[in-house]
Amino acid sequence: MNLFSAFAAGLVFGVGLILSGMTDPGKVIGFLDVFGHWDPSLAFVMGGAILVGLFAFALAHRRTKTFFGGAMHLPHNRDIDHRLVGGSLVFGIGWGLAGFCPGPALVSFGSGQDKAAVFVAAMLGGMLIYAAADRLIHEPRRRTRHHA
Amino acid sequence: MTIDWAHFTPWTSLAGGVLIGVAAAMLVLLNGRVAGISGIVGGLLRPRRGEIAWRFNFVAGLLAAPLLFALFGQASIPRIDAGFGALVAAGLLVGLGTSYGSGCTSGHGVCGLSRLSPRSLVATAAFMLAGVATVFIVRHLV
Repeated sequence: MNLFSAFAAGLVFGVGLILSGMTDPGKVIGFLDVFGHWDPSLAFVMGGAILVGLFAFALAHRRTKTFFGGAMHLPHNRDIDHRLVGGSLVFGIGWGLAGFCPGPALVSFGSGQDKAAVFVAAMLGGMLIYAAADRLIHEPRRRTRHHA
Repeated sequence: MTIDWAHFTPWTSLAGGVLIGVAAAMLVLLNGRVAGISGIVGGLLRPRRGEIAWRFNFVAGLLAAPLLFALFGQASIPRIDAGFGALVAAGLLVGLGTSYGSGCTSGHGVCGLSRLSPRSLVATAAFMLAGVATVFIVRHLV
């Protein structure tokens, strides 16, 4: 049941992305082109999603279990630090460069577009590089602590 | 600034947004998870017990969405101006940035703002600002 609901949620999410226009990089760049010929559509995407999301997360925050009785995993990190701001700025540069963010890129990859495939491959590469660098930085410290 | 009325689609964009919200509601209320795409994919690259199947299924749903959509309507033909080099650079930056900043448009922009998280508001402001600045430089300065 849990696995089916995860699949169904992904499916609805993807259909929403296509219907909204988020899978068209030209439209995304049109939204970010505030100082040029601006297409405000994507503000309506966020508005519509948050309208529903406000109710859903208010309900989720009041519950300790899901409707299926599973654990509720909500983020606890509240730090506003250089990682959050720096990472988000870097993400924004990449987003503006091609007009793809992770969700729409995966959906476009699913519809068989080779340009989306190139982007997704590079994105996975970026995530792997981060994971490797993170391990490289944190592992020696962990080992030292272990020895002490 | 002028408004691009020719491409402006308030109703389908709003409807698509509502569907995205419904999907996020499903995932949090049924699976107890936040629908942050970069985080879900990132978790597949660093697999841990009990953290694989639901992520895999969610991503499979995303990938299958174009098939379902084709039954009901015609998706608009995407305009992808970026060439190979720009796509690779953009993908790398998105992969690195979302990992370092713990989220993307869905995790911070949709779910985080819905949770009224100040952290996600800062992240959303940062990636919007960087996106606007990048498009300004690429479209109007270069």
